[in-house]
Amino acid sequence: MRRITVTIVAAAALAAATLGLSPSSASAHEGPALEKQSWSWQGFFGGYDPAALKRGFQVYREVCSNCHSLRLLYYRNLSDPGGPGFSVEEVKKIAAEKEVRDGPNDAGDMFTRFARPSDHFAKPFANDNAARTANNGALPPDLSLIIKARNGGPDYVYNLLMGYKEAPPKMVINPGMQYNTVFPGNQIGMPPPVSEGIVTYADGTKATQEQVAKDIVSFLNWAAEPELVARHTLGLKVLGFLFVLTILFYALKIQIWKRVH
Amino acid sequence: MSAPANQNKIIKWVDDRLPIFTLMQHSAIEYPTPRNLNYWWNFGSLAGFMLVVMILSGIFLAMSYTAHVDYAFDSVERIMRDVNYGWLLRYLHMNGASMFFLTVLIHIFRGMYYGSFKAPREVLWWLGILLYLAMMATAFMGYVLPWGQMSFWGATVITNLFSAIPVVGSSIVTWLWGGFSVGNPTLNRFFAFHYLLPFVIFAIMFLHVWALHTVKSNNPLGIDVKGPQDTIPFHPYYTIKDLYGIGLFLMVYLFFVFYYPNLFGEPDNYIPANPMVTPPHIVPEWYFLPFYAILRAVPNKLLGVVMMFSAIIVLFFLPWLDTSRVRSARFRPIYKQFFWIFLADCIVLGVVGANPPEGIYVLMGQIATFWYFFHFLVLLPVLGKVEKTRPLPDSISTPVIKKSMEKA
Ligand code: HEC
Ligand code: HEM
Repeated sequence: MRRITVTIVAAAALAAATLGLSPSSASAHEGPALEKQSWSWQGFFGGYDPAALKRGFQVYREVCSNCHSLRLLYYRNLSDPGGPGFSVEEVKKIAAEKEVRDGPNDAGDMFTRFARPSDHFAKPFANDNAARTANNGALPPDLSLIIKARNGGPDYVYNLLMGYKEAPPKMVINPGMQYNTVFPGNQIGMPPPVSEGIVTYADGTKATQEQVAKDIVSFLNWAAEPELVARHTLGLKVLGFLFVLTILFYALKIQIWKRVH
Repeated sequence: MSAPANQNKIIKWVDDRLPIFTLMQHSAIEYPTPRNLNYWWNFGSLAGFMLVVMILSGIFLAMSYTAHVDYAFDSVERIMRDVNYGWLLRYLHMNGASMFFLTVLIHIFRGMYYGSFKAPREVLWWLGILLYLAMMATAFMGYVLPWGQMSFWGATVITNLFSAIPVVGSSIVTWLWGGFSVGNPTLNRFFAFHYLLPFVIFAIMFLHVWALHTVKSNNPLGIDVKGPQDTIPFHPYYTIKDLYGIGLFLMVYLFFVFYYPNLFGEPDNYIPANPMVTPPHIVPEWYFLPFYAILRAVPNKLLGVVMMFSAIIVLFFLPWLDTSRVRSARFRPIYKQFFWIFLADCIVLGVVGANPPEGIYVLMGQIATFWYFFHFLVLLPVLGKVEKTRPLPDSISTPVIKKSMEKA
């Protein structure tokens, strides 16, 4: 038995050594170190703060939505349980700010109408080409899944938004590009989107740069994982139930096997 | 053969015409099982359990999934967002694939440690390797279905391997794709096969259990059952032990499903497939990484492909490559060391497969690949001849009785 333990430890040490051997491996995979933030949805009991999601939505609506779509979301999602918690009436008003194409009508024509809660979020550009043309050739990606689609998730996007710094003196920044500490290649085609006071929060919260970045990241995390609150609450119940059930199985096992030993 | 204890008239009527109750009585209740099996023997039933979970979650996913390049990604997101408990189905299926491989891998290494592949269990072992192969094919094609960046580029890289075949290679690839690149016909046929193969796996698993019940279970001592004192009926002893195992296992599996559902996944697969943009690192799912490392350890493409397939083919010959007459590593002090070294070697291969083939990883991959084949082709045949094994106990019940007397 002791020998097995020794070999297991040796195998684990070997594997660990391999993992940590090359410094290039970390940089090749994860990019520069991200400043980790604490988020309300981490952990067993983690969930979203509706107030933060509402503020985040305000940032999206007033800033990001000028360039980025959120195509997988419907306006109705804004009043879903576990989300920002807008009322159905508020959602109707929010949707009606945008116009969408519909049709064909009885005359066979396409027409535009105000958006309804059952519509997808309206997109800022007609297509990718139009989006590129408006952004110096860079394509603003859809943000519906951006948190799940990047290594580091919410921490990456937070650091990206906060990562606009003075470029190192020797670095040549291409026209229309900005220096950014975490974006791959360190040059990004997005102008710094968050800054102090870029929005005036409806709930009176002071709009520091950190606050705005945190709020929009929270909102985007909800957009990517709207099921998270349901998942965490169901998980607790299921794991709790399983824990008790497994103890019962174990007690039964001991009881039944007594006859053998 | 005794008739089932149940004397219910209807049951008896059916059983006289189709002895299905007798069959169950023999194979799931009376089946004489060695009394000394340890918890590593739980992983077979766990693998069977996972297959059922995968088929059930998969069928319900298929009800809302659309196999078309324009809709596949969005249909999966619709499952996640709009289908009732769709996120649960999808995360059960996604993490279930990883857990399925985990149980099967432990099951395979268990067999290697205790010599379960040796006579008379060769056919049982072959069927197991076939199951492993079919699982890999199923998982590979399943991973293509959500049509994210890794789905697309993984499919492109792996199907392209066939182009290494001389002369007809590129025609074969075109034929596999149903076009000149991975596209809609590829996605459709992959979905068809992904739906079909689990049922083929089910059939092979049936044969696997049939073979098992013909030659009976091995045990941690690796010695043959000498008589009824060495065995206990499967029910209730192993039914309850397997249930307890399933309870523990489910806690691990569902912990990932509910709290870290994307831990085994790649972020890039949440970006819709785009044939114009190649991701910086194309990595397969973790269970393919060791084979991916072997593939890339050889600079020649054809040779790399041959080596990769050989890494699995060699397992079929294991019953003859291991020349030792002693089954269990408990009585083989040197083999035991090399078993753990082999396991470490596979983990190193996995780490190499996860990293870009640069710098130190190239050399590490080559050494680990060498060791993989050296272990099977040189070490095991020689070791079986020269190793001095420890004396085997007389029977299964002797050490068991001794142990319980020591305890008392
Ligand atoms: C003026 C248009 C514009 C606005 C406003 C804007 N973005 Fe962007 N964004 C872009 C462009 C263009 C890119 C693509 C950059 C590139 O590829 O170089 C981008 C890329 C991104 C990325 C992806 C980075 C990556 O890793 O690929 C994120 C995340 C992002 N933006 C978030 C936001 C958020 C959050 C807001 C609102 C606070 C916002 N953007 C506002 C134009 C904009
Ligand atoms: C041997 C059993 C099986 C294995 C190992 C397996 C594996 C996988 C994997 C790895 C994925 C990709 C998951 C992801 O990243 O999203 C997947 C997707 C899928 N599978 Fe399976 N699967 C199995 C059985 C089945 C069965 C029996 C069906 C249906 C009849 C099925 C239907 C689907 C569907 C519709 C998807 C796409 C949806 C999605 O991506 O979540 N699977 N499978």
